[in-house]
Amino acid sequence: MTSVLYDVPGPRARVRNGLIGVIGTLVVLGIIGFVVYRLAATGQFEPRLWEWLQFRAIQLLIVDALLNTLSAFGVAAVLSLVFGAIFAAGRMSDHAWLRGPSTAIVEFFRAVPLLILIFILYFGVSQTLGLNLSTYWSLVLGLMLYNGSVLAEVFRAGVRALPRGQSEAAYALGLRKTQVMTNVLLPQSLRAMLPTIVSQLVVVLKDTALGFIILYPELLYQARYLGSQGQLGAPILQVAIVIAVLYILMCLLLSGLAQLLEKRSRRRRPGGADPTEIVREEEKVAAAQAQGGGAQVGG
Amino acid sequence: MNVLLDNLDLYGRAFLGTIELFLVAAVGSLVLGAIVAAMRVSPVPILRTFGMLYVNLIRNTPLTLVLFFFAFAYPRLEIVDLSFFTRACIGLILYTAAFVCEVLRSGINTVPVGQAEASRALGFGFNQTLTTIVMPQAVRAVVPPLTNVQIALLKNTTIASGFSVFQAGGIYQELSENGYNVLVGLLWIALGFLILVVPLTLLQRNLDRRWSVAT
Repeated sequence: MTSVLYDVPGPRARVRNGLIGVIGTLVVLGIIGFVVYRLAATGQFEPRLWEWLQFRAIQLLIVDALLNTLSAFGVAAVLSLVFGAIFAAGRMSDHAWLRGPSTAIVEFFRAVPLLILIFILYFGVSQTLGLNLSTYWSLVLGLMLYNGSVLAEVFRAGVRALPRGQSEAAYALGLRKTQVMTNVLLPQSLRAMLPTIVSQLVVVLKDTALGFIILYPELLYQARYLGSQGQLGAPILQVAIVIAVLYILMCLLLSGLAQLLEKRSRRRRPGGADPTEIVREEEKVAAAQAQGGGAQVGG
Repeated sequence: MNVLLDNLDLYGRAFLGTIELFLVAAVGSLVLGAIVAAMRVSPVPILRTFGMLYVNLIRNTPLTLVLFFFAFAYPRLEIVDLSFFTRACIGLILYTAAFVCEVLRSGINTVPVGQAEASRALGFGFNQTLTTIVMPQAVRAVVPPLTNVQIALLKNTTIASGFSVFQAGGIYQELSENGYNVLVGLLWIALGFLILVVPLTLLQRNLDRRWSVAT
C-alpha cells in the first residue's frame, strides 16, 4: 500500500516501522498502565465502591436521568431542525428584509457560546423578564438556538453546493421559486447533507450534558449526586466511568448511523450520472459545510 | 451600561482568564493533535489503531464529562495536586486534540497520491516530499477548518465555569451576588465573545476565499 506520506516499505523501513510500533505500543500501554496502577493503588477497584450498581433505587435513578437526557435531546433535535429549516429559508430568500435579519440571527447565535445562551435563558430571562423558564426549557431552547443556527448554515451550504444548472433548468421549465426548492433542490441536497445533519445531532446529544451546569437533573447531575453520597463511599470516579460509557455508547450509535447513511448515499446513487461528477459534488458539499459549520466541535 | 462600567474590572479579569485558558489549550491541543495525527497517518498499523481509538472515544464524549472527570474524579487518583485551572486546561487539550487530529489528517488526505509519487520519482526524500510537496498543499486545506476548531475551543472555555475556573462564563455569579441585572450582564458577555470570535471568523473566511481559488 502506498500513501501520500510513505512508499511501500523496503526491508530496512519494515524493521524501523516494527521498532516504532513496539516503542509506541509500549508508551501507550505505559500511560494506560500507569492510570490503572493509580486506580488500583488508591483502592478504586474495591468492591464496596462498585456496590451501588446493584441497588435497584440507584438503577432507577440512572434510568430516570437517562430519560431526562434523551427527552432534552429529542425535543432539542426536532426544534433545531425546524429552526434551521426556517432560517436557512430566510437566508436564501430573495427579499432583503428577510435575508438581513435571518443572517444576523444565525451569525449571532453561532458566535455566542452555547453555555452563555443557556445562562441568558435561565438566569437572565427568568430574573429580568419574569418569564419563569425551567432548567429543562432553558437547556432545550439554548440547544435549539445554537444547533438550529448551525443547521441553517448546513442546509444553506448544501443547497448552494448543487450545480447551478439544476435550478436554472427548473426555472426554465417554468417552475415557481417554491417548486424549484422543494421539487428539485431539496431532494438532491438533503441526501448529501444527511450524514452532516446526523453528526450535528450527535453534537446536540453531547451538549445536553451542559444541563449539568444549570442543575438540570440529567446524567451528569445524578453522577455528581451519587458520587457525593458518603454511604456509598463517595464513588464519584466509578459513577463517572459508568456515565461516560453510557454517553459514548449513545453517541457511537448515532455516529454509526451517520456513517451508515454516508455509505448508503454513496452506493445508492440514481443511475445515469457520471459517478466522478457526483463524488466531486459531494466533496463540494463537504467543503462548503466545513466552511459553514465547524461546530461539530461543540461542547 | 452601568452593569458593564461598574464592573469593568470584573469583566477584564474574567475575559483575561478566558483568553489565558484559550491560549494554553490552543497551543496544547495543536501539539497533541499533531502527535495523534502523525500516529493516524503513520505506516505502523498499531499506532494507527491507537490514534483511531483515541479520536473516536473523545469525539463521542461530551466536553462537560471530560472536565467533570478532571475536576471531580482526578483528585481521587492522588497523582499530583493540580489547580482547577490546570485541570481544565488538560481537559480542553485532550478534547480539542481529537478534532485537531481529524482536521490535520483530512488535510493530508486531500493531497493526491500522485503528487507524492511524482516527487519520489524525482528522487526527493521523505523530508523533502513532506516539506516541499505535501505540506504546502495540505496547509491550504487545513487552516480554515483548524481556525473553526480553535473558535469552538474559545467558546468551549466557558464550560470551565461549571468547574471552579474563573473566566467569562462565571461573571454572572458575582453580578447576581451584587444585585446587578444579570440579563444585561450576560448580554455584555455575549458581546465580548462576538468581539473575540468575529475577527477569527473573518480571518478564516478570508483565507478560505484566497486559497480555495488556488486549489
